[in-house]
Amino acid sequence: MATLLLRVALLFWLSAQAHAAEALRIAAAADLRFALTEIIAHFQQAHPDAQIEVIYGSSGRFRAQIEHGAPFDLYFSADIAYPQALAQAGHVAGEVMPYALGRLALWSDSMDAAALTLADLQRPEFRRIAIANPRHAPYGARAREALQAAGVWDVVAPRLVFGENIAHTLQLVQSGAAEVGIVALSLVLHPDIARRGGHYLIDDSLHQPLRQGFIITQRAASNSAAHEFANHIRKPRSRRILRDYGFVLPDE
Amino acid sequence: MPGLNEADWIALQLTLKLALISTTLLMLSCLPLAWWLAHSRSRLKVLVEALVALPLVLPPTVIGFYLLILLGPRGAVGGFLERVGIGHLAFTFTGLVIGSMLYSLPFVVQPLQNAFQSIGRRPLEVAATLRAGPLDRFLTVVVPLARRGFLSAAVLSFAHTLGEFGVLLMIGGSIPGQTQVASIAIYSHVEAMDYGAAHSLSLVLMALAFVMLLSVYALNKRFRLVGVIQ
Repeated sequence: MATLLLRVALLFWLSAQAHAAEALRIAAAADLRFALTEIIAHFQQAHPDAQIEVIYGSSGRFRAQIEHGAPFDLYFSADIAYPQALAQAGHVAGEVMPYALGRLALWSDSMDAAALTLADLQRPEFRRIAIANPRHAPYGARAREALQAAGVWDVVAPRLVFGENIAHTLQLVQSGAAEVGIVALSLVLHPDIARRGGHYLIDDSLHQPLRQGFIITQRAASNSAAHEFANHIRKPRSRRILRDYGFVLPDE
Repeated sequence: MPGLNEADWIALQLTLKLALISTTLLMLSCLPLAWWLAHSRSRLKVLVEALVALPLVLPPTVIGFYLLILLGPRGAVGGFLERVGIGHLAFTFTGLVIGSMLYSLPFVVQPLQNAFQSIGRRPLEVAATLRAGPLDRFLTVVVPLARRGFLSAAVLSFAHTLGEFGVLLMIGGSIPGQTQVASIAIYSHVEAMDYGAAHSLSLVLMALAFVMLLSVYALNKRFRLVGVIQ
């Protein structure tokens, strides 16, 4: 009897090991680069065996890649419309889960943008203003809305340069090639970037909300690590990290 | 062409303009360099050869990343131009020309250098004994003998610039009419999931490149048939 119990226990332990060692590949919007990295670090403290790979990039591209069978287990999108479209096309296991609302910020590498407003962008010294490409980047589309709502679009439009995603947009400003840019608050709150200069938080009544959502992809439907990570995102510690990086939580 | 909107045509024109200008400038500026590399016995030669080949190996994004810094207002080049009142070169067409020239440099230098090397010193020495001056020797001996080298260099540089992407993405900023070339416009269509527009523009670019290469190969064949080279 005792030997049988031991065997069963061993069997459970082995299968648990197998599950814990399941690799997890995450596609995440570029605005999550700092926040999600911290969240994953905490997840790995609790699950030391978990193998996690994250690829940060453009939400729109990830959507197209998942549609074409890309091997991602979780997908965090800066625009919840993309995972919703994937859900309708049958690429999603379970629900589309909202996790945050993104905020836009003005930031510059050469001056303290905290003293600026959107109206100041009309000043001639801002020769190049970087935003993400509004055609396909959620932050770019919202930046355009904000500039239009603030009534400065016509003056500012000829001076815009476009980043491929929000991280590329920030890089254009960091290099000094663009004097100022409209980027994700979640990126400029990172200490390394905040040290270079303050930011001006753009009033979120000037644009449609940047509702962000994540999904477990169809291929990961039975990947227990994917479900554990989905639960981990809802835990208070993860929520606090998101909040620290300027995200607004959907139920707050 | 169905599906090509005005912005696409502008992007296409911009691509051709960029390829034409950077190829012309490269041909002119690489001529002396390739000549020197073909004939020099200097120890510096291997160093220069390695440097010239570097853009073949480096990822275009790396070239673009450093060019953005170099040409931007804080870089050595951009900063100098700012101080003399010209303005920095990030996100400008001039910046794209510089990027393309750097990126296509080995494609011009290497065919020219090979062509010059295969001529050797003999024909030039013979021409010199016939009292041909340096310019005369170059125009009547080197140019006809190295014709295929010139052609290869020009075509490779032009075609390479047509397909250039990573460098231009980093230093261009995708400004329509200024820095948004066809390859960037195609990428933007794909990212926006406007696959129809991406197909149309890709098709035009592909047809253009194919016709160009076809005419070059046909021309090259004729050259060989009449026995101008070798």
